[in-house]
Amino acid sequence: MFDNLNEIVKALPRFHNELLELNEILLANLIMIGEIPAPTFEEEHRIDFLKNRFTESGLLSTSSDETGNALGVLYGEKGERNIIVVAHADTVFPATADHTLSIQMDRVTGPAVGDNSLGCAVLATLPKILDVLNIPIYSNIIFMGSSRSLGRGNLEGLRFFLSNFKDPIVAGLCIEGVELGRLSYTSLGMLRGEITCRMPESYDWTRFGAVGAIVILNEVINKILEIPLPRRPRTTVVLGSIHGGASFNTIATSASLRFEVRSEAEGMVKNIALEIEDIVATVASNTGAEIKLERIAERRPGGIPFNHFLARAARSILNGLNIKPRISPSTSELSAFIDRKIPALTVGITNGEHLNEPNETIKIEPISIGITQLLGLLLVIDRGLYIEHQ
Amino acid sequence: MNINSWLKTNTFHHSNFKDIGAIVAEKQKQKTTVSLCIPTLNEEATIGKEIIILKSELMNQYPLLDEIAVIDSGSEDKTMQIAASFGAQVFLSKEILPELGEKKGKGENLWKAIYQLNGDIIVYIDADIKNIHPRFVYGLVAPLIFNPEIKYVKAFYDRPLAFSQGIRPSGGGRVTEILIRPLFSLFFPELTAIIQPLSGEYAVRRKVLECIPFPIGYGVETSHLIDVFNLYGLQAFAQTDLDKRVHRNQDTRSLGKMAFRILQTFIPRLARVGKIDRLPEMTNILRQFQAHDNYFEEVLFEIDEEERPPMLEIPEYKKKRSNR
Repeated sequence: MFDNLNEIVKALPRFHNELLELNEILLANLIMIGEIPAPTFEEEHRIDFLKNRFTESGLLSTSSDETGNALGVLYGEKGERNIIVVAHADTVFPATADHTLSIQMDRVTGPAVGDNSLGCAVLATLPKILDVLNIPIYSNIIFMGSSRSLGRGNLEGLRFFLSNFKDPIVAGLCIEGVELGRLSYTSLGMLRGEITCRMPESYDWTRFGAVGAIVILNEVINKILEIPLPRRPRTTVVLGSIHGGASFNTIATSASLRFEVRSEAEGMVKNIALEIEDIVATVASNTGAEIKLERIAERRPGGIPFNHFLARAARSILNGLNIKPRISPSTSELSAFIDRKIPALTVGITNGEHLNEPNETIKIEPISIGITQLLGLLLVIDRGLYIEHQ
Repeated sequence: MNINSWLKTNTFHHSNFKDIGAIVAEKQKQKTTVSLCIPTLNEEATIGKEIIILKSELMNQYPLLDEIAVIDSGSEDKTMQIAASFGAQVFLSKEILPELGEKKGKGENLWKAIYQLNGDIIVYIDADIKNIHPRFVYGLVAPLIFNPEIKYVKAFYDRPLAFSQGIRPSGGGRVTEILIRPLFSLFFPELTAIIQPLSGEYAVRRKVLECIPFPIGYGVETSHLIDVFNLYGLQAFAQTDLDKRVHRNQDTRSLGKMAFRILQTFIPRLARVGKIDRLPEMTNILRQFQAHDNYFEEVLFEIDEEERPPMLEIPEYKKKRSNR
């Protein structure tokens, strides 16, 4: 059963029909998970919920590890291979934000509902889905709600698990709430950093041209924007957020910039990082300000090639569901697998908007298609079809 | 019955009942059925969420509820469509017992639920709870399932996020503390043990519901407490702390209307139990509450509202004024 890709693609409409019956369980999980705040490094309540759900679904070895991942294992009929299905449990919203979700007939709205409460809800519901749809699983599937993933977390939860799990992992499947059709199997090289600019206590504010931290940080930004970026390998510098000062009329004594350098080539990320370090040192020496560059997170580029069977199978499955694949590299959980040369995919579950804003919204109807896609991919990996083609 | 001992034995926390499987097993053993009634009027923002959570967790996952029904007073928004789309039975209040006419009010919907629904236990949950969770139902049903003497379980919400000392004040909202608790302290002191007498979430045995009248408006909760107390005493009640409830806040003017309707139901009940013509000796004890970590106790305040006579009756005053 499900021994080749055609058979799996043919079964997708049946999966989709049967999944509609489980919609309310999934939505209930989404609401309960989504209303538990889980800022990075403070995910424990959400992790506890996931563990309870894993236990209730009959998963074994339900536990947390030292970094706070939620883990549960569905031992397969053959148990020859180990596969990880992971959704990051943390969100960008602080615990103090109002996490109330509201639900209408066609959509759910609220902080982090798409990134990544929906991913977690799918993870929590997946064991029950496999059971109700009566899909036989051969491999051991490790269900993981990963902790400390975003920002300064730097994928710490998943990296810890991959470093310390004793048996080989043959593949990874990463679930993101949005966007349906998203397909990632390569990772970009990436450096995420923060530049902080502080005026020293001894700074002479009476000296001519004393301007404060914001203007000095602006000088750093101008110089970063002057760094020449090649068209190939594709490379970008994203200036993500800026903070500084305290009021309208007080010269700012501190300011900070968060940025990310992304490139298809690892060497390019390193070169740009060196240039930014030079800029920081030069502006600091010219202005007398204390400017520091902190490296928050780094990724190495890599992944499976376009013609890898797993990538081809993923495209076939999406096409079979009339979803146009949108292939893009990722800097999320996928990178941790790629660092260890483990083939992995990241997929999205539904369509959404206002991502990472308090009115983040997801559509309900496409969710069942997103999960159908996930089931197809899980079967491809579970049956080891990609291994036979390698 | 001593209030503090009742507080110890009949006041629960929802976490006491987190093993939902055990509640369901006991319920099935007793062959008891449970119905959930959600009275609504223009609640499209929250109704879908309530039904999804409660149906998925307490019907599909754990079969604690045998039916979920929305009884609507004639919403003009999409409340009824949303409720039906997520799998609740939806009834228009005026179409239940139509020969008895139509009255507008939450109490009307609660009363008609007794006729329309089939459960041996009926749980009432307001539709405006933003942070709905299965505990809102199992926390109220479980004391009835596990204790045959308990007939009426009321919710309360105690939510200290941080409190530096061991003791913290506890109690209800503005109408409770300003109107109900002083009234109960004067006329029904034992009922002051109910920490939030106006909470809209409660579970009750059908046998009790079918014996008591239902004011159609805001007076319904107060009247229930007085009527059930007169029939069965304090031991028929229990209350469960459901932690935090996030809902709409009402403005002071609306609370004034609420207080007025409560008094409309309260005063006739005083008359019915003979406390209007034969007023009891006026007590000077106000009963409020405080919590020690996880248990609650009443605090008695002796308040003497003494009176001074009109100044004209004071000789010194008269003497002083007569010189002018």
